[in-house]
Amino acid sequence: MAFKIRTGYEGDLNLFKTPQSVASYGVLLLLLCAAPFVLGSYFLSQIVFVLIYTIVGIGLVLLSGYAGQTSIGHAAFLAIGAYTAANAAKFGVPIYIYLPAAGLLTGLVGWLVGLPALRLHGIYLAIATFAFALIVEEILARWETVTNGNEGMMVKPASVFGERLGEWGLYYLCIGVTVFVIVIAVNVIRSPTGRAFLALRDSETAARSMGVDSARYKTFAFALSAGMTGLAGVLYAHKLSFISPEMFTLALSIEFVMIIIIGGIASLRGAALGAVFMIMVDPLLVFVKDKLPALIGAITGSAMAQDKASVLLAAPGVKSLIFGLIIIFFIIYEPMGLDGRWMKIKTWFKAFPFYKPATFRRQKMYLKSERGR
Amino acid sequence: MTYFALEDVSIQFGGLKAVDGVSFDVAKGEIFTIIGPNGAGKTTLFNLISRLYNVTTGRIVFKDEEITQLNAQQIAGRGIARTFQNIELFDNASMLQNLLVGRHRHSTTRFWEDLFFLPRVRREEVGHRHAVEEVMEFLRLQRYRDTLIAGLPYGVRKVVEVGRALSIGPEVLLLDEPSSGLNVEETSRMAEWILEINRRLGITILMVEHDMSLVSRVSDRVLALNYGRIMAMGTAQEVQSHPDVVAAYLGA
Ligand SMILES: Nc1ncnc2c1ncn2[C@@H]1O[C@H](COP(=O)(O)OP(=O)(O)OP(=O)(O)O)[C@@H](O)[C@H]1O
Ligand SMILES: [Mg+2]
Repeated sequence: MAFKIRTGYEGDLNLFKTPQSVASYGVLLLLLCAAPFVLGSYFLSQIVFVLIYTIVGIGLVLLSGYAGQTSIGHAAFLAIGAYTAANAAKFGVPIYIYLPAAGLLTGLVGWLVGLPALRLHGIYLAIATFAFALIVEEILARWETVTNGNEGMMVKPASVFGERLGEWGLYYLCIGVTVFVIVIAVNVIRSPTGRAFLALRDSETAARSMGVDSARYKTFAFALSAGMTGLAGVLYAHKLSFISPEMFTLALSIEFVMIIIIGGIASLRGAALGAVFMIMVDPLLVFVKDKLPALIGAITGSAMAQDKASVLLAAPGVKSLIFGLIIIFFIIYEPMGLDGRWMKIKTWFKAFPFYKPATFRRQKMYLKSERGR
Repeated sequence: MTYFALEDVSIQFGGLKAVDGVSFDVAKGEIFTIIGPNGAGKTTLFNLISRLYNVTTGRIVFKDEEITQLNAQQIAGRGIARTFQNIELFDNASMLQNLLVGRHRHSTTRFWEDLFFLPRVRREEVGHRHAVEEVMEFLRLQRYRDTLIAGLPYGVRKVVEVGRALSIGPEVLLLDEPSSGLNVEETSRMAEWILEINRRLGITILMVEHDMSLVSRVSDRVLALNYGRIMAMGTAQEVQSHPDVVAAYLGA
């Protein structure tokens, strides 16, 4: 068993709570930085996507996990960031100007989208964000002078001080932005703003009676989450070097929500785990599609079963079906996501041999009636 | 100067006058208790004071300011804190975080300062922590510092809610049934705390309570409410022996 000894209030305010976590996150960062020297282009590419998804995931964790607001329109924020980058790059603006600018612009849009959140809750808010995403999709298709409509547009490579940012450059930029976003997120969580978020999430009535201005913090949460997603959008545009409206659909927004459902809704580490999962699921499915029919054929010994299986797996919608099953599985069996699983395993080792299975069992919730309005 | 007063306050929900022409004033440093049968309008009265409900008619005045004009989040800023009858804690946050939310009105840092956790934010946080630790020590809550509210027993949650209200640094504390659901021992401890909050911290207390022994033990004055109207007001003894009150409680 390990105990934490506190010697002052300052300790609880630090970015890292223990020297061990400084060490482990440091090692992780070093490994990521060393990866290009070891890994091939395919894996670097995958890591870049994981980082981009992590950034979006963190934005969503703050919005949904901490502030308790739903959004199924985050693909639109990603699109705004991406198109801002594409247009700025077209005119030769250096990336160190338009990266922050895209973040701020998307943040502003997010703030505006947050305004209806003041009156809407839960599913109604989700629908409002969905409507917003549809509007953005429509604008992208129609505003041809800026977006080149449904044909999509090429994204010029980013340039820094006249130098083109190559594959490695983009990779390191992604690491930098991810670290920046994580630090901002941790800062928010340990500051009064983050506490206001969770107060709103758990009881808006009580939060207001504690002096928390609910309107202000709800719109802040949207602005912050959107701003982060806008940053990710810039990276996304450069990674793909071609963007078009059909990339930013509801399906992508749902993938983003899945990141946090699978990773753990109120956990930054969960966002990263969820991102890894979401990026890995595709190659994994391809692998399964390739190998499973042969395996079935070998087991059953019938070529017909093998053919049937491969046809079935190749059917459109299999991916959606599997995604759906995964979500249901997590909601029922691990509502705290991969991060929750991680915590349980960690606690098991820490407490060995005294682990109690009931440690993570939730107590009965008491009735919350008497809610004002 | 008026310290705290309700002037002819009413609220109507459709056809129901839940609070009907209630006037009283509370002096600084007093413990003022509101009793009455279920559905009398006691909680509604608190919701009116904390601005969760809008008055239909009448005014509520605190330190010569009409607080009926303010919104709910400004009430805490004026130093009026409250607890809720059915416990409205932030269930998925730790006890410490719950109390720290109470410090919200004292933080002066801006949103962007929080984003970068500037030195000023850190300094203020340490200050908040000091304040909250004092509250914890006062209510003997230290051992639950990092426990999630969802994992705390009911009796402790009741105390945490009082602690969260105290973290605001209030001048006036509204307690909605502080002893409901507590056992005899917990109730008597709650009574001591109420007295101490009043005497040692000098906080004016408005309380809704059913437990008459607790009421007589701590209250300076008692008001009895029935169907939203005032039945009787005076010392605990006077109110308890008032014929209307006796009749209301016996259901006659
Ligand atoms: N938001 C609301 N809308 C409609 N009616 C309400 C509302 N809030 C309270 N009431 C009604 O006002 C009346 C007074 O309710 P209140 O909760 O103030 O009673 P109370 O005196 O606190 O009772 P108890 O001792 O059971 O807590 C009740 O009839 C209740 O149904
Ligand atoms: Mg009540």
